[in-house]
Amino acid sequence: MLLRHTSKEIVERKSLTVNPAKTCQPIGAMYASLGIHGCLPHSHGSQGCYAYHRSTLTRHYKEPVMAATSSFTEGASVFGGQANLLQAMDNIFTIYNPDVIAVHTTCLSETIGDDVPQIFGKAKTDGKIPEGKYVLHANTPSYVGTHVTGFANMTKAMVDYFAKQNGHKENRINIIPGWVEPSDMKEIKRIAGELGIDFIMFPDTDNVLNSPQTGKFEMYPKGGVTIDELISTGSSSGTVALGELASGPAARALDSKCKVPCKVLDLPIGIKATDRFVDTLRKMAGVNVPESINIERGQLIDIVTDMQAYFYHKKVALVGDPDQLIALTEFLVSIDMMPIHILTGTKDKKFEKKILSLTEEMPHDVNVKSGGDMYLFHQWVKNEPVDLLIGNTYVKYIARDEDIPFIRYGFPILDRIGHSYFPMVCYRGAMRFLEKILDALMNRIDRDSSEIEFDLVM
Amino acid sequence: MTNIPILKERKKQIYHKGEGVFDLTCDTKSLAGSVSQRACVFCGSRVVLYPIADALHLIHGPIGCASYTWDIRGALSSGPELHRMSFSTDLRERDIIFGGEKKLYASLVQLIDTYRPNAAFVYCTCIIGIIGDDVDSVCKRVTEEKGIPVLPVHSEGFKGTKKDGYKAACESLSMLVGTGSVEDIGKYAINIMGEFNIAGEAWTIKEYYENMGIEVVAVFTGDGRVENIKRSHGASLNVVQCSGSILRLAQIMEEKYGIPYIRVSYFGIEDMSKALYDVAAHFKDNLGIMKKTKEIVRNEIDAIYPDLLRYKKALSGKKAAIYVGGAFKAFSMIKALRSLGIDVVLAGSQTGNKDDYAVLRDMCDEGTVILDDANPLELSKYCIEKGADLFVGGVKERPIAYKLGIAFCDHNHERKISLAGYSGMINLAKEVYSSVTSPVWKFAPAKDSFL
Repeated sequence: MLLRHTSKEIVERKSLTVNPAKTCQPIGAMYASLGIHGCLPHSHGSQGCYAYHRSTLTRHYKEPVMAATSSFTEGASVFGGQANLLQAMDNIFTIYNPDVIAVHTTCLSETIGDDVPQIFGKAKTDGKIPEGKYVLHANTPSYVGTHVTGFANMTKAMVDYFAKQNGHKENRINIIPGWVEPSDMKEIKRIAGELGIDFIMFPDTDNVLNSPQTGKFEMYPKGGVTIDELISTGSSSGTVALGELASGPAARALDSKCKVPCKVLDLPIGIKATDRFVDTLRKMAGVNVPESINIERGQLIDIVTDMQAYFYHKKVALVGDPDQLIALTEFLVSIDMMPIHILTGTKDKKFEKKILSLTEEMPHDVNVKSGGDMYLFHQWVKNEPVDLLIGNTYVKYIARDEDIPFIRYGFPILDRIGHSYFPMVCYRGAMRFLEKILDALMNRIDRDSSEIEFDLVM
Repeated sequence: MTNIPILKERKKQIYHKGEGVFDLTCDTKSLAGSVSQRACVFCGSRVVLYPIADALHLIHGPIGCASYTWDIRGALSSGPELHRMSFSTDLRERDIIFGGEKKLYASLVQLIDTYRPNAAFVYCTCIIGIIGDDVDSVCKRVTEEKGIPVLPVHSEGFKGTKKDGYKAACESLSMLVGTGSVEDIGKYAINIMGEFNIAGEAWTIKEYYENMGIEVVAVFTGDGRVENIKRSHGASLNVVQCSGSILRLAQIMEEKYGIPYIRVSYFGIEDMSKALYDVAAHFKDNLGIMKKTKEIVRNEIDAIYPDLLRYKKALSGKKAAIYVGGAFKAFSMIKALRSLGIDVVLAGSQTGNKDDYAVLRDMCDEGTVILDDANPLELSKYCIEKGADLFVGGVKERPIAYKLGIAFCDHNHERKISLAGYSGMINLAKEVYSSVTSPVWKFAPAKDSFL
C-alpha cells in the first residue's frame, strides 16, 4: 500500500501537483539534441538541472548520456549568464570537441533574462566558435510547457538554425519522428527504407541511446542526424511529422522558412495510424507499397483476429504524453478494448476533444484530462477499476496497490529494458504492443483461475 | 583516447601519486562547460532530508525538481511512507511574474490538512531565489496556523555546490532539534548521523549499537521520524558517517548542546569494527559496553571470514577505480577493497575537501590517480590507462564502465543490497565478484585505446 495516501474522493486542487505525470522542458530539449550527430547538449542554468536530466535519461536508457552545463553561481544569477556560456563554449570546443553544441535554457537563465542568440553573436565575434563547428539553442523555461514541448522546441530549433533552400526541390522526404524511442526511430526508418524512399530523419537517437557494447567509451556515438542533413531538409520535397505536439512546430517552421510542405500525422501506433503514415509516405514520394509491408500488416490483423475474444471490452487506463495517448487510444478502440481513463500531465487544448471524438462510439464514459497528475489518475482508477494499466514506471505503484496488470510504456521507464531495442510503432511495433497486452491479461487469467479452470490452451 | 586533452584549470584537480607536489584544487565550483558528474544545492538538501518518512516534503518551484527526485532514493521506512510521494507547487509563468507565495501557502494548508504530517519541509529551488518569494514568512504563518513545524530549506540550486545543500538541510534540521522531551533518554544514548537507510543499512547498524547496550535516539535521517529528531539533543554522542552531508548539524549540536561527535564509517570490516569500538570507548564508565562490543565484533567477523577468504582468493590482484560523492566513502572503499585483495588505481570524489584528499593521498599506492570533480573522459582515460577491472560509482558512471567492458559496483542511492556492516561486507564481496567474473566480459570486445 505504497500509495495508501491516495483517497477515493476527488477534491479540486488549484495550486498543487501531487505525483507528477510530466517533467520540465529542458530534459526534452536534451533528448532531442542527442539526436544530432556529434552534438553535446548544453544546459544553460545551474549544475543540478543537467545532472538530473542525465541521470533520468541514463536510468531510462542504461547508456552514458553526455551533456554540459553553464554551472550558474550567485554571481551569474545577478549579472547574467553570458560569461558562463562564453566560457562554457570555449571549454567544450577545446576539450570535448563536438561538431555542435545545442544550448537549452532553464527557469533560472530565462528569469534573469539571458539572450542566447546575442551571446552566440558575441561568441562568433570573439572567435569562440571554431571553423566548421555549430551552435543552436532553444528556449525551454521549466515553468512553461513540459518535457514534450521542450523536445518540440529543440526540434524546431534544428529547422530555425540549419534548414536552407538550395533553389530546387530534391526527391526526398523529411521525417520528424516525434518523441519516440531510438528503436521506434529505427523502425520508422526501416519502413521508409522498405518503401524505397530517400529521407532525412531528425532528430534521430537510433545508435546514440541504444549503442552497442564496444569496449570503448564514445562521447559521440555513430547515430544522429548530421548538420549537413539538417541543412538539406530545406530542399526536401515534403515533410512527414509524427505527433502534433512534438513534431508539428518543426514541420510548420520548415514549411514557412523553406516552403517544404508538411503533413502532420498521429504517431504510427496501431493499425489505422500506421496505415495513414504509410499511405502519406507513399503519396508524397510517389512509390508503391511493397509486398513486405502488406505481409506485416496482414500478420498484425491476424493476431487481432486470433485473439479478439481476449481484447473485447477490456477496460484500460492510460497515462502519458499527448501524442502517444491519442494514437494509443485509437489503437485500443480499434481492437475493441475500452480506454476509459486517459490522462496526460501536459496541457494541450486539443487533447481532450480529440480523445472524446476517438472514443465517441465506445459504449462507456471516458475520463480524460490534460494537465493532470498521477494522483488524480490513481483516484480515477480507484473509483472505477480497470483490467489494464498503461504508463511509465511510476504507474507500478498504482498497479501494485490496486492489483491491476500493467504495461510499461512512455517516459521514463526506470525498471525494465527493451524500449530502446524493440519498437512499439508501425505494424511490427503494434504486434509487440499486442503481445504485451495479451501477456499481461493472460498472465492474470492464469494467476487468478482456480485449479479446475486453469487452462492449458488459451 | 588516452591522449585526451585535460583543461589547464582541471590539471590542478588531478594528481598522480608519486609525481610532484601534492596540491589538489578542490571545493571549487565546476567549470562552466564541464561535463561534471556533480549535482546542485537542492540535490544536496533533498537527499539529506528525503528519508524523513513522516514529514511532508514540498518542492517549491517549477515541476522538474520534484519529478526528478520522486522516490529515486532507496531510503527505506519501517512505517509511514509519505516521503515517497512527490509534492510540487508546480510554478507556471504567471507565478514567476506575480510570485508564488499564495500558491505555496494554499498548497501547504491543503497538504497538511490532508496528510497530517509531523513536520513539513519546503525546498526552495533556483527560481525562488530570483523571484524573491518570502518563503520564511509563509512557513512561519503556516506553523502558527497548523501547529506543526514548517521549515524552509534554502536550497536554491545556484547558491553553491551540493555541499551547501547539505548545510541548508542541516540548518533546517537544527530548527527541529531541541524541541522535544528528553525525559526518558538514558545515559548511554547516541544519534546515528549520515546514515540514510539505503537497502535497510540503518537497521543493521542500529541493531549493532542496541546489542552493545546503547540506546539510539535518532537516525539522521534513515527511516527518520520527526519526533526522534526533536528529542535528539538528549543523546550524549553523535556518531557521524558520510561526514559531508551531516557534519554541519553535528557541529551545531556541539555548539548548542555540548554533544560531542565522532566520525565513523560502516563500510568494510576494519572501519565497521573501529566505529563500534570508538563508540564503546566513548562510554568509558561502562565496561560492559566494551565487553559486548568485542563479542559482537568477534562473532560477526567469525561468521563472514571463511566466505570472505574465498572471495579474496578469487579477486586478488584485480584493480579498481572509485569515484564517489563524498571522499569519506572513498576511504572506506579503499580499505574494504584491499581486504578483498583488490588494488585501487583511481580514486576520486565529487565533493572532497583539502583534508579529505590529503588522507586519500596517504592511503593510496604509488601511481594511483586522484581526481576531484572528474568528467567522463577523464574517468575513462584513467580507467583504461590503469587497467581497472572494476568501477565503484553511481548512476552516471555505471554505463560508462559497462561500455568500457569494466565490472561495476553501485555504491550510491541505487544499490539494492546493503553494503554496510559485516553482512554488507559479504554483500559487497559477492557483488564485486559476480560482476568482475561475469562471463559477459568474454564477449565484450577487448579493451584497447579508443578513438
